[in-house]
Amino acid sequence: MNYFYEKVMGGKSGLTGFIILAVVILVAFPLFLDIFRLNLVGKYLTYAFPAVSLVLLWGYGGILSLGQGVFFGLGGYAMAMFLKLEASSPENTAIQSTPGIPDFMDWNQLTELPWFWVPFESFTFTLLAVIIVPAIFAYIIGAAMFKRRVGGVYFAIITQVIAVILTVLIVGQQGYIGGINGITDLRTLHGWDITTDNAKVIFYYICCLLLLSIVIVGRLILTSKFGSLLLAMRDKEDRVRFSGYDVSHFKIFIFCVASIFSAIGGALFTLQVGFMSPSFVGIVPSIEMVIFCAVGGRMSLIGAIYGALLINFGKTAFSETFPQLWLFLMGGLFIAVVMFFPNGLAGIWNTYGHYITDRLKQLKTVFVMKPSPQEAKQDLG
Amino acid sequence: MSANTDFTLAIEELTVSFDGFKAVNDLNLYVDKNELHVVIGPNGAGKTTVLDLICGKTKATSGSIKFLNKELTTMPEHKIVRAGVGRKFQTPSIYENLSVFENLEVSYPYGRSVLGSLLFKRTEKVERKIIKIAQDIMLEDSLDMPAGLLSHGQKQWLEIGMLLIQDPQLLMLDEPVAGMSVKEREQTAELLNKISKGRSVLVIEHDMDFVERIADKVTVLHQGKILAAGDMKKVQNDPKVIEVYLGH
Repeated sequence: MNYFYEKVMGGKSGLTGFIILAVVILVAFPLFLDIFRLNLVGKYLTYAFPAVSLVLLWGYGGILSLGQGVFFGLGGYAMAMFLKLEASSPENTAIQSTPGIPDFMDWNQLTELPWFWVPFESFTFTLLAVIIVPAIFAYIIGAAMFKRRVGGVYFAIITQVIAVILTVLIVGQQGYIGGINGITDLRTLHGWDITTDNAKVIFYYICCLLLLSIVIVGRLILTSKFGSLLLAMRDKEDRVRFSGYDVSHFKIFIFCVASIFSAIGGALFTLQVGFMSPSFVGIVPSIEMVIFCAVGGRMSLIGAIYGALLINFGKTAFSETFPQLWLFLMGGLFIAVVMFFPNGLAGIWNTYGHYITDRLKQLKTVFVMKPSPQEAKQDLG
Repeated sequence: MSANTDFTLAIEELTVSFDGFKAVNDLNLYVDKNELHVVIGPNGAGKTTVLDLICGKTKATSGSIKFLNKELTTMPEHKIVRAGVGRKFQTPSIYENLSVFENLEVSYPYGRSVLGSLLFKRTEKVERKIIKIAQDIMLEDSLDMPAGLLSHGQKQWLEIGMLLIQDPQLLMLDEPVAGMSVKEREQTAELLNKISKGRSVLVIEHDMDFVERIADKVTVLHQGKILAAGDMKKVQNDPKVIEVYLGH
């Protein structure tokens, strides 16, 4: 238990931060937001998954991936394929020339379900695929890059190119994967209507709990020797290599972990928003994920979540009023953060937060009077 | 391939060429067990390249490097380290964002696989070893300090400590006293004399006073070739060495 407290929660301050986050997303938001807004926050929280993954990969490992949208998309599409198959039962699609296959296939003159869709009829397979497919993909990319010692800006560019390739592939293969429209019109999960308010609330809570879980997993990784090694590789890769470590294995592993985190976010996105499309895969969403992470604090797992929430709140608020200005504002914010607050919101909190906590402590001593012995006794009684 | 020897390190007919320029040319060098061997030579003589070749950072064009009769030229870097070759870089290579303790812990030679590092536990044995090494390198009072805040000399010691904790059979140090104060040089000489017991040490150095204090054997490199070798006295009085390196 003590081990759990010190290592996983990061002692008192880490635990406080974790509990505050849990209270905000598990209690405060459901209490104060209507179902439409809560669903919106749920969507924002799915973006926090790739943001957290970038804390591990970029903040600690120094590996900037501009392609986390790829993994977000793979997870999202895996989930969407399952839901689409269920929505395309022969009864629902009786008017099609080939009933029982997804509508976009029918429009593209496909008469049979492609082989890679068939396993997605199983929910168990889908859940495994959400994790395993991105991990395998990340392993292949990671092994190809890190074994050849491709790093830094080259790696960033290659991941970005992969994001473009995947987008182009999806858009080009309309008959097989839904094209530019994505996979839409998802209705039920094992017969349970996922568009109801009830389902949305349940998905929101699942999303929160999984998000808190990946924060714990992230903490476990960062507090192990592996975490120190990530920082060490970022500082002096050669020293790590010449201390007897195969650096590429470590990079591949963290890249795979980051891809799995992002993919879980993608699958939850599909469940909560009800569709998946290539616009969540390409360059723009991938870079936005980096911005969430940078603004929240790339050295802070919890900071990245606040970063994702804040930027998305801002995006919704501003893009409703000034749709043209929003992109400039976000770009400016990113530059400002990188230049002046390299550790983001979490860095600002670490530097200036004690002014607030000190004041709170003062207030506490003013308001919380020590009870007299008599009162204390009554309390006990 | 050459025959087995009793040497810790046997370099034979080693050549490396960068676009036709032979940085190391047909070099033969032997380091005995428990020997503290110093390589000196003018700039561009190929000293650092020799260390790069031994530790696998640079691949040899031809020739053989045998460490305890194991051929190193075909092994990847991390395996060379695991075989027992430690190498300190010219500029101190330490992890500035980690504490002194963590620097040593990361260098501790267990948990070197991904899974091993995730499951690695800081046991009492590990802590004892780290503290012991920290005492050797005179940093036992700075264990919790971020390594980036150490002085230049202390960073050099820390890197030596990070190698010592792996207990290498062959320790290679590239200019360990560069940029150190007189007092730090003396302390480093003492440290080297202490740690060279029970292992072979290969040092590259410019400071002749320092070389004189530590060396069992000296090799002078010039243009990728050996100019002279032997004990300090012999090398110092060699007319060729005086001409190209030590000056008149």
